Amino acid sequence: MKITIKVNGKPRGLDVEPNTLLLNLLRGDMLLTGAKYGCGLGECGACTVLLDGESVLACMTLAVDADGRNVETVEGLGEYDSLHPIQEAYIEEGAIQCGFCTPGFIMSTKALLSEKPQPTETEIREYLKGNMCRCTGYVNIVRAVQSAAAKMKGPG
Amino acid sequence: MSINTHNTHIIHGFQYHAPTSVAEAVKLLDEHGEEAAVLAGGTDLIPKMKQALIKPRHVVNLKHIPELAGVREEAEQIRIGALTRLRDLERSIIVTEKLPLLHEAVAAIGSVQIRNMATVGGNLCNASPAADSAQALVALGAKANIAGPSGERSIELESFFTGPGRTVLGRGEFLASLTLPYTEEGSRSAFIKLGRTSLDLATVSIAVNAKMKRETVEGIRVVMGAVAPTPLRLRNVEQYLMRKKLTVEAIEEAGRLASESIKPITDIRGTAEYRRLASKGLAMEALTRILEDSRRDK
Repeated sequence: MKITIKVNGKPRGLDVEPNTLLLNLLRGDMLLTGAKYGCGLGECGACTVLLDGESVLACMTLAVDADGRNVETVEGLGEYDSLHPIQEAYIEEGAIQCGFCTPGFIMSTKALLSEKPQPTETEIREYLKGNMCRCTGYVNIVRAVQSAAAKMKGPG
Repeated sequence: MSINTHNTHIIHGFQYHAPTSVAEAVKLLDEHGEEAAVLAGGTDLIPKMKQALIKPRHVVNLKHIPELAGVREEAEQIRIGALTRLRDLERSIIVTEKLPLLHEAVAAIGSVQIRNMATVGGNLCNASPAADSAQALVALGAKANIAGPSGERSIELESFFTGPGRTVLGRGEFLASLTLPYTEEGSRSAFIKLGRTSLDLATVSIAVNAKMKRETVEGIRVVMGAVAPTPLRLRNVEQYLMRKKLTVEAIEEAGRLASESIKPITDIRGTAEYRRLASKGLAMEALTRILEDSRRDK
């Protein structure tokens, strides 16, 4: 089936099978390997991407369901030498260890901060509860979100 | 290398349909019968297909039928489209202000990602005895409006479920919307869910919607989840509490009755014994909250 999706700002015309999952399309066909395969069943959040600005699980989304929509992955956020403030904050706060969960966390954080630029700790924990981290723990991640919120607010 | 051991793909192929009208959807579902699966949010369907628990030959996506989504205030009732995403339901001002019980129950479901995808109709049609939206909607007296080959029919949502994963939906039918009466003056509600983590499905949950006159019950619905094959309305608890003052003794007795009336099983989330004990506690806690609420507003 022919579909058109915008991936990180660029429109792409694609021909996909109906059973193609968005995550496999991103990772396999477009080589955007930021979003990860974790559990495959919607428990871990490693495959979180933004669909029209909202966080969804790419491993449970049919590619055909993304037709005409705007997909954002971690690759669209920053470049190697010009990271997004959220990416900087995760590094600075030691919120990354093995890094497997990080792209998912960062995309959830982006959705959170665009919805609520200055979230409380409770709000951060609630919003990110669909993302699991098995190594750094969550304290540094919460701190990274707070720091990103401060960075993005800017001085004053 | 073994294929798909980590649920990375949907292995079997299927034909995909994206009808744009109710009539078109009914026609497709009628034509393909048991070979068709309805796709809404996909959070239940896709994992089942990945695990090859089901292999539908036709997948009918209902998300392109605009009239099936959204919350609307009508003259006598509130209408919720079955394709309304849980997140939209949670954020709806109508739901937050007029159906706080539903807001609370929906906000307790899964994660933000799941709620951005999943729909209320999907949550109901998957017919898990633990579906959080079901308890609240039954407690609020929702009607299920079903589209099908012979037009639309309405039934009490309470009778929509026939067992775990089973509903009354027949060939060519799908859940189109829910209608709920406006809550009356003096309405109080409570929703409580027990799980190991807040992301879990419920081990036991309860939704209570009551009409109170000071501390006296003038009308009540008590619905529990994950304690029977379907969401369970506890009619004997309701009857016991009718026109009673919510004293400590009455609340205790209602808890005992609740614990007696459930039909729990032992599963991965808890034992039947645990569910019996927890049900008593949960019912008492919910009624106590309702009592405290009615005192506060006096």
